[in-house]
Amino acid sequence: MSSESPEVGTDKVKRGLAEMLKGGVIMDVVNADQAKVAEAAGACAVMSLERVPADIRAHGGVARMADPARVEEIINAVSIPVMAKSRIGHFVEAQVLESLGVDYIDESEVLTPVDTNHIDKHAFIVPFVCGAKDLGEALRRIAEGAAMIRTKGEPGTGNVVEAVRHMRKLSNQIAWLTTLGADELMNAAKEIGAPYDLVKDVAASGLLPVVNFAAGGIATPSDAALMMQLGCDGIFVGSGVFKSDESEVRARAIVEATTFYQDAARIGKVSRNLGEAMVGIDIDELSPSEMMQNRGS
Amino acid sequence: MTVGVLALQGDFREHLAMLRKIGVDGVEVRDPGQLAGIDALVIPGGESTTIGRLASIYGLIEPIRSRCLAGMPVLGTCAGMIFLASSTAEGDQPQLGLLDACVRRNAFGRQVASFEADLDVVGLDAQMHAVFIRAPWMEKIGADVEVLASVMDDRGVSHPVLVQQGRILATSFHPELTADTRLHEMLVALIEQA
Repeated sequence: MSSESPEVGTDKVKRGLAEMLKGGVIMDVVNADQAKVAEAAGACAVMSLERVPADIRAHGGVARMADPARVEEIINAVSIPVMAKSRIGHFVEAQVLESLGVDYIDESEVLTPVDTNHIDKHAFIVPFVCGAKDLGEALRRIAEGAAMIRTKGEPGTGNVVEAVRHMRKLSNQIAWLTTLGADELMNAAKEIGAPYDLVKDVAASGLLPVVNFAAGGIATPSDAALMMQLGCDGIFVGSGVFKSDESEVRARAIVEATTFYQDAARIGKVSRNLGEAMVGIDIDELSPSEMMQNRGS
Repeated sequence: MTVGVLALQGDFREHLAMLRKIGVDGVEVRDPGQLAGIDALVIPGGESTTIGRLASIYGLIEPIRSRCLAGMPVLGTCAGMIFLASSTAEGDQPQLGLLDACVRRNAFGRQVASFEADLDVVGLDAQMHAVFIRAPWMEKIGADVEVLASVMDDRGVSHPVLVQQGRILATSFHPELTADTRLHEMLVALIEQA
């Protein structure tokens, strides 16, 4: 009883890993120690990067893929999936990350983009997750081969307002497509700048064809549960855990609030005495050039 | 007849959709109290460490164990199989210890090695298309565990990927990501035999 013709790198296995992450929390980590804390707290995956978004924001300069030695350290430290960020359009960073054996690549606006073109993600065996502010952007990334989508939010701010805005816009646009007749879909595709075939699929199913997580500014258990109640499949926490006091307790609390996102009493219980959350930034204080969400579209 | 799906983390919605497809009521299970109303349990794919940790915090391990030891049928897929087993090759994590097997996590490799393949399954006429994602395999299995399907690794060694032990069914792969409902039908048949 042996298997026949095993196939790797199919859409099914790329999108399938994202299905397994649903209902979970993916945490940004910069080293093996943080990765172990995240795993012990119940994270369903970790995201390896050079600096968390809040530090990228504070220090400026060009933000790149993490040092491969750090990525390898993290891969060796935990048994859960390890994701890593590449710059938008930097397909060689993605090739390097794939060769290291990372389980997902985040082609991320948190790092400094190198191209207005995104990576041709169909050319890879490793799956990709990409950020989106609206449905058109999500479907453009899926057409390029993204197997998972996340809201962009505004990373490194500790302010969830932009993630909420992006999720609401995505949901509203999906609902709108389902109300259109067949003769209206080409214009809709043109209007949102998305491939016609994917627009037709979404109009018929009322669903995004891939898993969609929330990301960008999530700092508290209530933030995580808010995004889940708005219909996200899971949560990315960037600076929110390791830029706060009591990282371990906060990490566990965010995991539990994500599982029990409809249970206010439980969210309240895990939110007690968490210490200071990361310092937040009012989005209105950022100039458009300081907003990471405007990178790549 | 009601089948519960453990809904702590992972692809529990896909299992609920499979149950709907075969005309069975499925309910999400997050609390020990919800176990009373179900006739069988599905433990979905996901991250076994996350599922195990949450199950342990929320006091689900002993109640699930005692229901299954009393004869409730259970199907575990991938992380669900790991959670059902008695041990992992890697060491400690919360497990139910119901399936007499030692499981090696991510045994087929990391995500770049995730694959799809067609399996011959004991007792089924047509092959089963199976999706393996960072999949585990069973290394040591007890005498009561029957192997229903195996996969050869790249060194030519055969590993069990679908097993049955009494009313326990466990898979390394994800039937819930395909249109093939035969394993869910087998689970329901086990309720009817009970």
